[in-house]
Amino acid sequence: MPAVTETIETVQSVTEGGYKWGFTTDIETEFAPKGLNEDIIRFISRKKEEPEWLLEWRLKAFAIWQKMEEPRWAAVRYPPINYQDAYYYAAPKTKAKPKSLDEVDPELLRTYEKLGIPLREQAILAGVEGAGEVPAEGRAPVAVDAVFDSVSVATTFKERLEKEGIIFCSISEAVQKHPELVRQYLGSVVPQGDNFFAALNSAVFTDGSFVYIPKGVRCPMELSTYFRINAKSTGQFERTLIIADAGSYVSYLEGCTAPMRDEHQLHAAVVELIALEDATIKYSTVQNWYPGDAEGRGGIYNFVTKRGLCRGARSKISWTQVETGSAITWKYPSCILQGDESVGEFYSVAITNNRQQADTGTKMFHIGRNTRSTIVSKGISAGRGQNTYRGLVRISPKAHGARNFTQCDSLLIGNECGAHTVPYIENRCLTAKVEHEATTSRIAEDQLFYCRQRGLSEEEAVGLIVNGFCREVLKELPMEFAVEAQKLLAISLEGSVG
Amino acid sequence: MNAIAPIDNARGFLRAAEAMPVPAWAEGLRAAGRAALAARGLPNRRVEAFKYTDLAPLAQMTFTRPEGGRAAPALGAPRGRARLLFVDGVLRGDLSTLPVRPLSEVAAVLGELTDPMNQPLAALNAAFAEAGMVLEVPAGEDAGLVELLSIVTDEAGPIAFHPRHVIRLGAGARLTLLESAEGPDHLAYLHNPVFEIALAEGAVLTHVRLQREGRAAFFLSSVHAAIGARATYDNFTLQAGARLARNEIHAALQGPQGACHMNGAQLLGEGQHADTTTSLHHAAPECTSRQTYKTVLRGRARGVFQGKILVSREAQRTDGYQMNQALLLSEEAEMDSKPQLEIYADDVKCSHGATIGALDPDQLFYLRARGIPQEQARAMLVEAFLAEALEGLADPLCRAVLEEALQQWWRQPA
Repeated sequence: MPAVTETIETVQSVTEGGYKWGFTTDIETEFAPKGLNEDIIRFISRKKEEPEWLLEWRLKAFAIWQKMEEPRWAAVRYPPINYQDAYYYAAPKTKAKPKSLDEVDPELLRTYEKLGIPLREQAILAGVEGAGEVPAEGRAPVAVDAVFDSVSVATTFKERLEKEGIIFCSISEAVQKHPELVRQYLGSVVPQGDNFFAALNSAVFTDGSFVYIPKGVRCPMELSTYFRINAKSTGQFERTLIIADAGSYVSYLEGCTAPMRDEHQLHAAVVELIALEDATIKYSTVQNWYPGDAEGRGGIYNFVTKRGLCRGARSKISWTQVETGSAITWKYPSCILQGDESVGEFYSVAITNNRQQADTGTKMFHIGRNTRSTIVSKGISAGRGQNTYRGLVRISPKAHGARNFTQCDSLLIGNECGAHTVPYIENRCLTAKVEHEATTSRIAEDQLFYCRQRGLSEEEAVGLIVNGFCREVLKELPMEFAVEAQKLLAISLEGSVG
Repeated sequence: MNAIAPIDNARGFLRAAEAMPVPAWAEGLRAAGRAALAARGLPNRRVEAFKYTDLAPLAQMTFTRPEGGRAAPALGAPRGRARLLFVDGVLRGDLSTLPVRPLSEVAAVLGELTDPMNQPLAALNAAFAEAGMVLEVPAGEDAGLVELLSIVTDEAGPIAFHPRHVIRLGAGARLTLLESAEGPDHLAYLHNPVFEIALAEGAVLTHVRLQREGRAAFFLSSVHAAIGARATYDNFTLQAGARLARNEIHAALQGPQGACHMNGAQLLGEGQHADTTTSLHHAAPECTSRQTYKTVLRGRARGVFQGKILVSREAQRTDGYQMNQALLLSEEAEMDSKPQLEIYADDVKCSHGATIGALDPDQLFYLRARGIPQEQARAMLVEAFLAEALEGLADPLCRAVLEEALQQWWRQPA
């Protein structure tokens, strides 16, 4: 993926530390009025020309949300959020719907270029994108859905995917073109009233990606969505829905960045995955929202609900996340293992530096027989960061032969940070086996010494050791992403040593 | 975070507490207990620390005040140097060989180690706090083995008793406390002891507890221990009785190079619910902690383990380890486990592990293939499973008592 290479180049070229994706795009934006009420929801629904049932679905979610209390149980601290003081819809102004990339605002294209995300299919295939040093042959292209504030601005490789019967588009488009699929599955894994932030999302969600892989199809390329928050005082509430029909396979990547601002911005997404019989969904995230400055000013509140349903027998859902950004990360990508012999996986690296906070982990619900789950979590705390792994493994009485293995390791860098582990294990089945291990330690002096002795600076040595610590997780990422993730780890830890 | 929502369900207990005569030494303690009960009530599952053990059903129960005095149960030969005996919830000086000291003598330190507002068991005890064991071992002395027994007899009725025990060891002092609680299976009584333990520099306390309350009883217990520099607190708890048992240990390593060992076993059968909740605070550098808890479940039993290790920023070079394992022997059993690490110091070595599963069929097969009958093979494997928790127990007498209790549990029907 040349785009990623370019990102890395960009990263390497900047010698000074800091967040490299913090620029703003000066583009004319259309806002809904500030605040949150039924009229705003009607406005969003009208803007998206949604059918009546979806508007009603949103309004029902809003009614539920109004009765809910904001949860406070997580190990994260933040001042109360004023839900009335934000824009719930912000979209770049366009004259008409662009029919091709040529009609997309060049300013937007430049933004994605700067972020290293290719929106021009030809350019990628010709290998002229980015630094141009990497030959295109032998590299699988990546289809991208680019979401800018509240709308999807472009989706690439659509025609090629359509040939295979794969649907990859924004969720707004899916509502228009495939309403039966959206209606059947939307909210089937994360219902409107699931939790406070999911209810909020269900009421005001704007855009996100929709994927449908037909029976027996192996998606020929990685699918990816790139989320960008640009406008001030907005929240991003995307909704992603991925359905893998029987016997299909898809690998999906998600990336995200935002400008540097003094204010906190809320990102409350909902991601629903459904895997039918023998289907596999691999979902990878490299989360790089703006983390705020060293004093904790600004940054994104990343309060996200992600859940996958392994509905069919032998289905598999694998979550891999690298969480380096956001002022606060609060999410638990989960698997409901309903089909017999279904498999859930969760691989996570979460870094908190400066004043970042993370309370993240997973939930594995074992319902079917012989279901298996693996959890590998690596938490790294530096500066004044607070990092919590929180997870649930629940084995229901009928999950005969269920198996779980959990490994949580925490690394502390500096004496002002914190690392916490809170696993919940509930087993109600005689033939199930659950194992959990957790360790907390710091970087060993002898490891550091060994690296320093070979001429590495302290910062390089820490970067190398941290990468080794995270290897088990990083190797689960698609190769190009893994390279970028490694670089990100090093950048996130800048200034934490020496 | 984890704010305890107001629960108004302790009125019955409050009325009973207010009806009691209040000795001068208990005024402050009882008032604090009542205030906490009124403000917080008996915790239900919405309270995070009681997520798996709901105490709200206790509010429906009607308990009587212990009268005691008449019964003189048959006792075995004393095992140690001295014995303190509770019969039907009343401390019996006449049957004890250890002089009974009134709590008024330690009034100044009473309640020092507890936080009733956030510790519902301690709050309930404080509201009713009555005489318990007061044991002070002067610096440098070895007090040997002391027995603390509680026996509830058939005549007791549905009593509730809340003894408060205070144990203070001077610098370098040593004590082994062997504690045992039992009662008849048909009585729905409540036993809710609180221990306040302070160990000065270099003191060593071995605290072995045997909980074999009747199968209809409620057992709530909390141990609060402050461990000084180079001191050792060694707790082993066997929980085999009661219909609902919650055993809390709150220990704080307050001086450098202290050690805390918390081990235990929960052996549960049909209709039993037992919960072990430990909270260990490493507040000083270079301390060591070890925890091993094993739970074996038969019939429709439910086991709970919650264990938290908190390491403060000052507690550099902490070495903490915790393991909890459960063995399910029936289709209806349930085990809930929540280990927890909260760490603010960087130069530490902390780990925890948890496993839940059934007997290994391969191991069973191995034994059966060698001609060992099914039941005996299962018993052997369960014994082996529990052995690790007993390992740390050096005192041969305590060990023998525990092994005997274990055998007895295995012999009785699930």
